[in-house]
Amino acid sequence: MIKKICLGILAIAAIGAVGFGVYAYKPAMQPVTAADHANFPPEQVEKGRVLAGAGYCATCHTAKGGEPYAGNYAMETGFGTIYATNLTPDMETGIGSYSQAAFRRAMHEGVGRDGRHLFPAFPYDHFTKMSDEDIDAIYAYIMTEVEPVRTVQKENELPFPLNLRILQAGWKMLFVDFGEYEADPEKSDEWNRGAYLAEGITHCGACHTPRNILGAEKSSEEYAGAEIDRWQAPALTAANASAVPWNAAEFREYLVKGSSTYHGIAAGPMGPVVHAGVRELPDSDLTAISVYLADKVGGDDLDPADSDVVRASLERNAPDRRYRQVEGERLYTTACAACHYNAKQILEGRPDLGINSSVNQDDPSNLIQVILYGVNSHQGTEGVVMPGFAQALTDDQIASVAAYLRADRAEKAPWENLREDVTQLRARGPGSH
Amino acid sequence: MVNLKINGREVSVDADPDTPLLWAIRDEVGLTGTKFGCGIGMCGACTVHVGGRATRSCITALGDIEGAEITTIEGLDANDSHPVQEAWRSLRVPQCGYCQSGQIMQAAALLTDIPDPSDDDIDAVMTGNLCRCMTYPRIRQAVRKAASANRGQTQNG
Repeated sequence: MIKKICLGILAIAAIGAVGFGVYAYKPAMQPVTAADHANFPPEQVEKGRVLAGAGYCATCHTAKGGEPYAGNYAMETGFGTIYATNLTPDMETGIGSYSQAAFRRAMHEGVGRDGRHLFPAFPYDHFTKMSDEDIDAIYAYIMTEVEPVRTVQKENELPFPLNLRILQAGWKMLFVDFGEYEADPEKSDEWNRGAYLAEGITHCGACHTPRNILGAEKSSEEYAGAEIDRWQAPALTAANASAVPWNAAEFREYLVKGSSTYHGIAAGPMGPVVHAGVRELPDSDLTAISVYLADKVGGDDLDPADSDVVRASLERNAPDRRYRQVEGERLYTTACAACHYNAKQILEGRPDLGINSSVNQDDPSNLIQVILYGVNSHQGTEGVVMPGFAQALTDDQIASVAAYLRADRAEKAPWENLREDVTQLRARGPGSH
Repeated sequence: MVNLKINGREVSVDADPDTPLLWAIRDEVGLTGTKFGCGIGMCGACTVHVGGRATRSCITALGDIEGAEITTIEGLDANDSHPVQEAWRSLRVPQCGYCQSGQIMQAAALLTDIPDPSDDDIDAVMTGNLCRCMTYPRIRQAVRKAASANRGQTQNG
């Protein structure tokens, strides 16, 4: 009897293993040659350029100081470093040998031309929602416009057994909902267009949705906010900590200009998202994404200029007679107020720190990063900069400015371990954004 | 090589990206109106405009301002007669003068954003520009004078 049970279990396990093998097996697809890259129509190539920008493909597929799309960008995952692959049309080391069908399969299913399962550092769990037409446009752009570059691919630094490709098939089975975006009939066409873009090509959730222990986005906590490269990707839900609720107009301003008067700027990992491409989407698409995100945040359509929280923050801008007694405020007055002071209204280009997202969040990283390393001309508002104070202020001084902003301007509970956070972020260096 | 536009002129500077903008302005381009004070962004003597905004050039790295437009005291007005410069001259604001180009650049930026500043506004924005000669009362007066000159122009124009 026991023998029979054991045999039964073994048989089921064997069937399961074979079944999984069938599921996991992906055939190699025929390589193509450079001559096979048809002459794509210019409109398709241009559309692909815009979409590749909106997906900021080059951001993760370009190493620091390297050729565009030539890969070897080091992506630090919680499991080890993964080096992005070469997306240029080089025949041997890039994706020049990918047919259009192989490229579609990579985007929709996360499978390389040779049949290998790709690691989900490549967000195919989002790109699976894209239409064939959009994916083909990106293919046309890469094959036509991107310079082929021959590279030596760096080896991923993943420990055994995470480096086994076969296990990726199991990950997919558990966590990925394959298939193109399906419109929600309850919502407007504009909302659905925004959802298609935000959940697909712009893959907002890849940073703004927390991940589970195996690195998959938690579908039950969509857009709940998460850490990325020691920055906070804020929640895009009602839990968003901003003093002034986000609305469609604010999202639009942010996506177009890289800054929003009532929230803050696109810095850190968000800098390239806006500036490497999302902003190049057609006007109607940017509006659609904004409408979709505003709905996720649950914002209203009121003009923030009339809100109590803005008026209260303006009142707290006023110089206080006891200000010379407080180091943080004194430093703020000397080093920051020349730009970060507003009188009767909050002006574009004079970010008001009392209501700034970075000061209102529960984690001080974003504020500290900007004080330490500043904002360059390609982040935030184009052509405007904020110098970093890493060489000018000590850790204690930066902590005291941050503590002042948090307590006296945002009137929020103090950040704990501020000084240690500053020390850590300084030790980590400015990063590559 | 970093490409900039200084006072409307295209300039390429061959320097390490960590080099402060102030170095490029004074040593590479040869515009010495902008002064070195503290070197840590705390005194305002090195203030120039980057993208129209008052910016401390001593802590602004060249590598961070690729493509940006910079205006120094020499480029504020073709005839050196920006309303702030006129007010400064008529009230004889400077004493030793070292901090004054930074003061003027900061004041000009202030009036762009807040055209009719109260004394509190002037103090809040100008506190980061130090003056060892303590010309502060005249600076404040000159900012107010330039503000009313601007208003006059608007009304008459």
